[in-house]
Amino acid sequence: MTSVKDRVIAIIAEQAVLEPGDVSMDQTLEDLGIDSLGLVESIFAIEEAFDIQVPFNANEPQESDFDISSVATIVAGIEKLVAEQHA
Amino acid sequence: MKRVVITGAGTINAIGHSVSETFASMREGRCGIGALEIQDVERLSIQIGGQVKGFEAEGEFNRQQMALYDRFTQFTLYAAREAIKQSGLEFIGELAARSGVVLGTAGGGVSTWDENYRAVYEAGKNRVHPFVVPKLMNNAAASHVSIEYNLKGPSFTVSTACASSNHAMAQAFQMVRLGMAPAMVTGGSESMLCFGGVKAWEGLRVMSKDACRPFSMNRNGMVQGEGAGVFVFEEMEHAKKRGAEILAEVVGFAMTSDASDIVMPSKQGAARAIAGAMKDGGINPEEVGYINAHGTGTAANDKTECAAVADAFGQHADNLMISSTKSMHGHLIGGTGAVELLACIMALRDGVIAPTIGYEEPDPECALDVVPNEAREAKVNVALSNAFAFGGLNAVLALRKV
Repeated sequence: MTSVKDRVIAIIAEQAVLEPGDVSMDQTLEDLGIDSLGLVESIFAIEEAFDIQVPFNANEPQESDFDISSVATIVAGIEKLVAEQHA
Repeated sequence: MKRVVITGAGTINAIGHSVSETFASMREGRCGIGALEIQDVERLSIQIGGQVKGFEAEGEFNRQQMALYDRFTQFTLYAAREAIKQSGLEFIGELAARSGVVLGTAGGGVSTWDENYRAVYEAGKNRVHPFVVPKLMNNAAASHVSIEYNLKGPSFTVSTACASSNHAMAQAFQMVRLGMAPAMVTGGSESMLCFGGVKAWEGLRVMSKDACRPFSMNRNGMVQGEGAGVFVFEEMEHAKKRGAEILAEVVGFAMTSDASDIVMPSKQGAARAIAGAMKDGGINPEEVGYINAHGTGTAANDKTECAAVADAFGQHADNLMISSTKSMHGHLIGGTGAVELLACIMALRDGVIAPTIGYEEPDPECALDVVPNEAREAKVNVALSNAFAFGGLNAVLALRKV
């Protein structure tokens, strides 16, 4: 089974209209050309894929536990949520 | 061109079942937002709203009417009765033939859609009530007002999301101003506080789970409301001739489109609408004492709106008051401009400025006088009402004290 990391990157890549291989961990969503609507769509896709709830409010992205500053932080956040919510 | 005045007002919303109750709540800064009482609320992650409580439609309407009236129509008819009664107009003969009703709503009969989808998808029924279509259609409310009050002139519904009511009232204003109609019933309503209606908004992740705090640094989103606001716009000489009480004069409006993004607001689009309404009404920016803000309590709207006001008014932006009553009644979506016009009328007539409640922390990007938490007494000659919709469609109305 593919890892959480690979699945999250696949979702982000699809949103950015890129190949997964073109997405690197240190990139920001802005680098990838994903705007606020794209972000909300990606989070929805991630929630559906992993059957989890992502605590994200577009009004206070810094306030939520979920760090969206780079692909790496998003992957780490999802790994943590998957572990917590499927424990 | 004719001058246009408001000779009747009516409402039902989370902070009042009449204009006088709503004014009293606005003066007191009372919050009508609370726990939602709807089916399946436990499956929602957003469980608050500005719900109309204590409204018993069964006592208002008979059985046959109930079968035809979605909640948004019920609210509209309830508010229309108050407005038309106050105006004292009776629509007969030539007046009836030329007067109409233009209303705004974003969703129309959302709870009728919701209930009947439940019936066919969830409960597996293969049959729905014969009146589902006439009950849910967006023009149902306008049509029932027309039927109830014998309004036989131009009548239709405008649907531009959160600017629906302002766009509707702009149309009604223009018809009276141009002499097409001696009087128009106008405003709007919304009733989306059902499982599907809230669930859809949840998806966008712009909703607050606890409160609507417009302009406050710690704001975390919008809160939905429901209800209606209805007005009678009348040609000034027609109103004066019959000795009608005049609540305010409608002097100008402007509509603009951002032509940029489907959800993100634009400073330029909003500023052009504000400046356009002043120009249309022959208003000097210095005359404007109060603005009822769109003020949704989202990060994006509030800072964009403040920047647009600063742009449109220059230095005078620091001298005027701007408040968001959504902090009290929630965001009535397509009905919001109608209920919010009441705050402008209260400012002009009673000299009372409705506050922005829930304000906790200044935001340097919203550095205007937002009338935090407590109503204020002030003499205001001109007031504006802003509405900036998803889709980038903006409509601003300008009212003058009579």
